[in-house]
Amino acid sequence: MKKQLSMVVAAAMVAAALAGCGSSASDAGTENADTVTENADAGTAEDAGESADAGSGGTFKIGGIGPVTGAAAVYGQAVKNAAQLAVDEINAAGGINGAMIEFNFQDDEHDAEKAVNAYNTLKDWNMQMLLGTVTSTPCTAVVEKTHEDNLFQLTPSGSAVESIQYDNAFRVCFSDPNQGTASAQYIGENKLATKVAIIYNSSDVYSSGIYQTFAAEAGNQGIEIVSAEAFTADSNTDFSVQLQKAKDSGAELVFLPIYYTEASIILGQADKMGYAPIFFGCDGLDGILAVEDFDTALAEGVMLLTPFAADAEDELTQNFVKAYQENFGDIPNQFAADAYDGIYAMKAAIEKAGVTPDMSASDICDALKVSMTEITIDGLTGAGMTWNADGEPNKEPKAVKITDGAYAAM
Amino acid sequence: MSFISYLINGISLGSVYAIIALGYTMVYGIAKMLNFAHGDVIMIGSYVVFVMVSGMGLSPILAVIVSMAVCTVLGITIERVAYKPLRMAASPLAVLITAIGVSYLLQNIALLIFSANPKSFKSVVTIPTVSLAEGQLMISGETIVTIAACIIIMTGLTLFIKKTKAGQAMLAVSEDKGAAQLMGINVNGTIALTFAIGSALAAIAGVLLCSTYPSLTPYTGAMPGIKAFVAAVFGGIGSVPGAMIGGILLGIIEILSKAYISSQMADAIVFAVLIVVLLVKPTGILGREIQEKV
Repeated sequence: MKKQLSMVVAAAMVAAALAGCGSSASDAGTENADTVTENADAGTAEDAGESADAGSGGTFKIGGIGPVTGAAAVYGQAVKNAAQLAVDEINAAGGINGAMIEFNFQDDEHDAEKAVNAYNTLKDWNMQMLLGTVTSTPCTAVVEKTHEDNLFQLTPSGSAVESIQYDNAFRVCFSDPNQGTASAQYIGENKLATKVAIIYNSSDVYSSGIYQTFAAEAGNQGIEIVSAEAFTADSNTDFSVQLQKAKDSGAELVFLPIYYTEASIILGQADKMGYAPIFFGCDGLDGILAVEDFDTALAEGVMLLTPFAADAEDELTQNFVKAYQENFGDIPNQFAADAYDGIYAMKAAIEKAGVTPDMSASDICDALKVSMTEITIDGLTGAGMTWNADGEPNKEPKAVKITDGAYAAM
Repeated sequence: MSFISYLINGISLGSVYAIIALGYTMVYGIAKMLNFAHGDVIMIGSYVVFVMVSGMGLSPILAVIVSMAVCTVLGITIERVAYKPLRMAASPLAVLITAIGVSYLLQNIALLIFSANPKSFKSVVTIPTVSLAEGQLMISGETIVTIAACIIIMTGLTLFIKKTKAGQAMLAVSEDKGAAQLMGINVNGTIALTFAIGSALAAIAGVLLCSTYPSLTPYTGAMPGIKAFVAAVFGGIGSVPGAMIGGILLGIIEILSKAYISSQMADAIVFAVLIVVLLVKPTGILGREIQEKV
């Protein structure tokens, strides 16, 4: 009870703080009216929007959900920062067809129940579109709600198949099956190893999803899976057995389709055992260098499949990395890039469909789910990205390797 | 060779369970209550060491001593504020529920202060990894220290109970509270002492746990706490050597079932073994059957 109560209080405080920021940052009179009537019915807020000049008036309310604290906090913070960056850029450049964007990001601590609470908070705020959620398990819970409410949802990084199982949901990142297959192909084509061990989290849909498709594709790539060991959320501290089995089976490469918190422990324990294979992971490993007090030397040589590398030389990436560093002080990871692309994809879809801020969330959703499949975006995570009606993106995977404590393109 | 390696890992994990289980079993033996907040005292102890070593740069030994002092004070405070008033008045069930409440309280306090972000705990052990049989067998310094600490604590505690007056008083209180009071033993003082010792051990267990598995969150103590409780019941709750044997056996069973049966089913197997043991010997391995005299 206490936990829930404190969550609600905290969520309320965050919402209040964000609403405060939004109104003080914007200069249009309509925004202030919006904030004042926030708790009243939506009608008054819309009236205020309409009373202003149609060409420059109105505000799109985009909500965001992700873990800003907790085991996957690095992802949520990256998404929150990068999405805010994209929103600020769009607003500074005159908005979407003259309409500003207001962005409100809520914490879910990578927990499905808390994500649904955050979603309800955002609905009370009259959210019209959702960028989120960041991680797969909460996303799978929230998509049920957005489907019920017919609200447009674009997840930057929820990669489980079920995360976007309805027609109102799209994603920027690759799906889990896609990541598993792509990892196996990458390892096979680049001849990184023939004997592979896998350590995965059987209690997590992201991890077991990647594992299954990796195992299915491995045979086609001439990869022999010599050991496949699981752990669960309740036993995620001791990996000595899984590592010992991988070592005994002679694996040259250990595939880690898991999140970085467990991976950081695995790397430490492998080092103590004197076991040094190639470690290869998916986007879940992204963020490992940002773990507090983690010895980054342990992650040296770790490879991960991710569509974004911060040291890429194209202009778009360089501008984004520079702006992100100026505003938030770190080098952005793939999640930041996904979120940035996500906001621009929403913008493109809104422009294509000619949606206006005074439309209801449900009408916006009906329009956007058609226009999303018609747009093409040159984003940070891929050039010429397109989406199909299932919500899956179409782009090329890339791999990066951790060298001297930083991600480097391979 | 890998079997020996698994066995050593199992003993190491089991030693941590055993030290935690001592806290459960001593409190149960004397106060006849299950202190479910014990696992969270471990977590608080680990955070104290984390702040001392990573934040203030103190030497690990000093940090461990400070952490033991903090946990001792915390343990006595919890006993005085939450358990003692209820022990006098209410049913044993009320004390049990209060213990669960204290557990959540500690977790949420830690969540407020340290946030849910996992902290990478720097090992306080400086002994290097020992390599045996041409690198086939690697025993980490943490493993050696954990097993050694377990043996020292076990011996020390047994001697304390057998040889000192306070230890004898503990035994007397655990046998019969009323009679002990009539013989002039300060029952409340003895119970407070038990909480103090149990909590100081929790601090040591926390440091060893986090040095071996270096990820610290407000929920770090929860799962090991439950496993240690199982270990205490397994060995015979109320019995000090029983907690040791129960803890180490539990660790070995967990690691070996992960290694040879299924890494997914390990926890289920551990609990299934507990059920079988309790069916055959309801008081646990070393538990004594106490006849109720009318």
